[in-house]
Amino acid sequence: MTDLRTAFFEECEELLESLADGLSRLEDGADDSETVNSIFRAVHSIKGSAGAFGLDALAEFSHIFENVLDKLREGELTADADLMPLLYQGGDHLSYLVEAANGGVEVEPDRAAALIADLRRTAQGDGFDEDEDASDLSAVDVAAVDSFQPIILDFGLPDLGSVTTQAAQAGPSRFEIRFAPKEELFETGHDPILLFRALGALGPVEAEADLSNLPEFTELDWDRPYLSWTLMLETEASRDAVEGVFEFVADLCELEITAVAREGTGDDPLPPSDDGTPPPDEDDGSDEPGGSDPEDDDSTAAAVEPAVRSEPEAAKPQKKAEAGTVQKANRDTIRVELERVDRLVNIVGELVISEAMLRQAMADSSMSAHGPAANAMGQLRQLSGELQESVMAIRAQPVRGLFQRMSRIVRETLRETKKNARLVSEGEATEVDKTVIERLVDPLTHMIRNAIDHGLESPEKREAAGKPAVGTVTLSAAHRSGRVIIELRDDGAGINRPKVREVAISKGLITAADDLSDAEIDNLLFAPGFSTSEKVSNLSGRGVGMDVVRSEIQALGGRVSISSEWGKGTVFSISLPLTLAVLEGMIVEVAGEKIVVPTTTLRETVRASEAAMHMLGNSERVLSMRDGLVPIVDLGESLGFRGRVSDFSDQSLLLIETDTGQRTALAVDKVYDQREVVIKGLEQNYRQVPGIAAATILGDGRIALIADTDQFTSTGPGTAVAASMGTDLFDDFSDFGV
Amino acid sequence: MAKRILAVDDSRTMRAMLSQALVEAGYEVDLAEDGAQGLERIAEQVPNLLITDINMPKLDGFGLIEAVRGQKNLRALPILVLTTESAGELKARARKAGASGWIVKPFEEEKLLNAIRMVVA
Repeated sequence: MTDLRTAFFEECEELLESLADGLSRLEDGADDSETVNSIFRAVHSIKGSAGAFGLDALAEFSHIFENVLDKLREGELTADADLMPLLYQGGDHLSYLVEAANGGVEVEPDRAAALIADLRRTAQGDGFDEDEDASDLSAVDVAAVDSFQPIILDFGLPDLGSVTTQAAQAGPSRFEIRFAPKEELFETGHDPILLFRALGALGPVEAEADLSNLPEFTELDWDRPYLSWTLMLETEASRDAVEGVFEFVADLCELEITAVAREGTGDDPLPPSDDGTPPPDEDDGSDEPGGSDPEDDDSTAAAVEPAVRSEPEAAKPQKKAEAGTVQKANRDTIRVELERVDRLVNIVGELVISEAMLRQAMADSSMSAHGPAANAMGQLRQLSGELQESVMAIRAQPVRGLFQRMSRIVRETLRETKKNARLVSEGEATEVDKTVIERLVDPLTHMIRNAIDHGLESPEKREAAGKPAVGTVTLSAAHRSGRVIIELRDDGAGINRPKVREVAISKGLITAADDLSDAEIDNLLFAPGFSTSEKVSNLSGRGVGMDVVRSEIQALGGRVSISSEWGKGTVFSISLPLTLAVLEGMIVEVAGEKIVVPTTTLRETVRASEAAMHMLGNSERVLSMRDGLVPIVDLGESLGFRGRVSDFSDQSLLLIETDTGQRTALAVDKVYDQREVVIKGLEQNYRQVPGIAAATILGDGRIALIADTDQFTSTGPGTAVAASMGTDLFDDFSDFGV
Repeated sequence: MAKRILAVDDSRTMRAMLSQALVEAGYEVDLAEDGAQGLERIAEQVPNLLITDINMPKLDGFGLIEAVRGQKNLRALPILVLTTESAGELKARARKAGASGWIVKPFEEEKLLNAIRMVVA
């Protein structure tokens, strides 16, 4: 059941995507039946399965929503400006309910009371009441509908109630069942013997066949039913259960069920119900015997259970020739558990490492660099690279789903802030690692709320500023030089820098004397504890600031930057690695340990002997650059590998720059080369270590730590933390086997 | 020989639930995602029972049933429709198209198997 549940929620995600997709197509004017149907089906499918998992709130809401969509499908409603917002809200609430159900979260009871009322009202419609709805059906259908109701079998005998009650209290009761199949019964795949067996399951049955209508053999028409039966059933079961046996055939036969006294024969047949169903097309020459099997007919009374019939002829396998030419439905996709893909990713990671080790070993040996082994090695290297890329591509997903989810956030936020904007998405097909996409949800949600809440002006203000009253929020994704760039643009007011500055001063983040560039001021938005909102808005507030957004993106190996033009709008740009499995890094050495410095933050490498270094105070060393002084951090010391090196002249300096523009020069003993390394999480194997992002295995089989460079910049918690954690880290390394 | 049931539903969850319940009950199960695929499956091998959803892309349940009943040799194939409505309209339409019976979603396993026993020996 758990597996099914998981499958259900997975499917829900897809259905919600297709719902969102359909709604946006609908809004764009596509009101073709396939679009409307796909929307309807999505909600319908959720409803259908939700009930099975006892997710009542979800099932119930889907039902209400579905009713509206049904009217849309029937053309009784039009997807106009009045209806679209309701449909979107319906979709949003459905998503919310799915998430709540998935997370086992209690649904806020009154969350959608107004929406539900609106949907109900809309489904009922003004001009359409229930009767008129049924007017689509022909009179025949209506009659058929009626005949499906079990009530038709209730013959209203005055003593009926007392008999059944009595039966319940005093042992088995007897029912006399008169059953005369109509032709249609045999044309809809039914077989009286199955009905009799089902009766037999309720208690002993005696069946008597009425052969009086049977014509001479030569006049026998195979399609026509000639037989009828009278069955006596003795059972503990209720009348409902007996009627239940005939549920599927109630309109396909003449049926009377009479409760009889134990010894009496109280038969009081009512005229059979008039069934308005027109006879289906006569189709002679059928090989279907229509239930009038002459073998059975000889017996006038037979116990039902032993009766054996051959399978209907129709169930014979199809012609082979035909089966051979029918192609299996084409499958463009297969579904694979993520776990399997990850195992593959891991194995390929190991392979790449082994390949690097082999290459190293060959280089260390005296093997010819041009011999066959070296050639094969070159091929192996290329293949393993391609293999790695292909495996990573399996984990890649288009950002479409993420963007659709964001469009929901946009609508929600607009509703709550009473602002007006449209969301434009670009590059939805851009593929990004699944995990990256999942972990982008929270930061992106926060950024969007922020952009609308703080960035966009009210419609009045916009018009006063000569802008269209409806703002535009653009979400775009693109691949750029081996990374994914996700941009969030708004055409709002832009960052109010004087105000940001003021707030930062009041919060003690900067001093009034600090001379900050525009970019530096913009970056204050990401400073911990910063919030420009005068009152804590429940939207962009929610207890987290943009600093959390930044750290979440950094945790993905990403960078976020901001640019803004006053009066014109703001752009947030997120740059992310394509995969979380490999990383481009510079291999360096400190205190005999190899460390990987990610190249994303690396700007420049400088020989210390050629650099201009100065002492600030007693201990602070700085690097003098063209555009200012950069603090120097001794990586070996910071990581606790050794004490401070007094002479930096043999060292190399790696200039790193964070998203915020904070720069630090990392002093290392030696710089090797730049290469891709396979990331091995420390957390699964060990624990999180300050200053260290992860580890990798190098070609020589040694473990190298990957530095978390942001922690070494002066504003990050890093310098202090790393220094204080240093000894701890150093002690732990012996356990870690480094 | 185990009876072979073809279950047609566009919902993966539904297919999984049907397949699990039916296999457990000893049936052989074949699955299709929509009416068109259902017809292909039937052309490959005629099942002993067809269970079909109504709302599906490409070819819906009504269309599937009509297409099946339109083939002479399939006129006696038992067909159960899956419906979320206990109301009569869909049942009536399904019946008109030639369905043998129906299963109301969400179904309990017992009800599903009972319904099947009503139409498959």
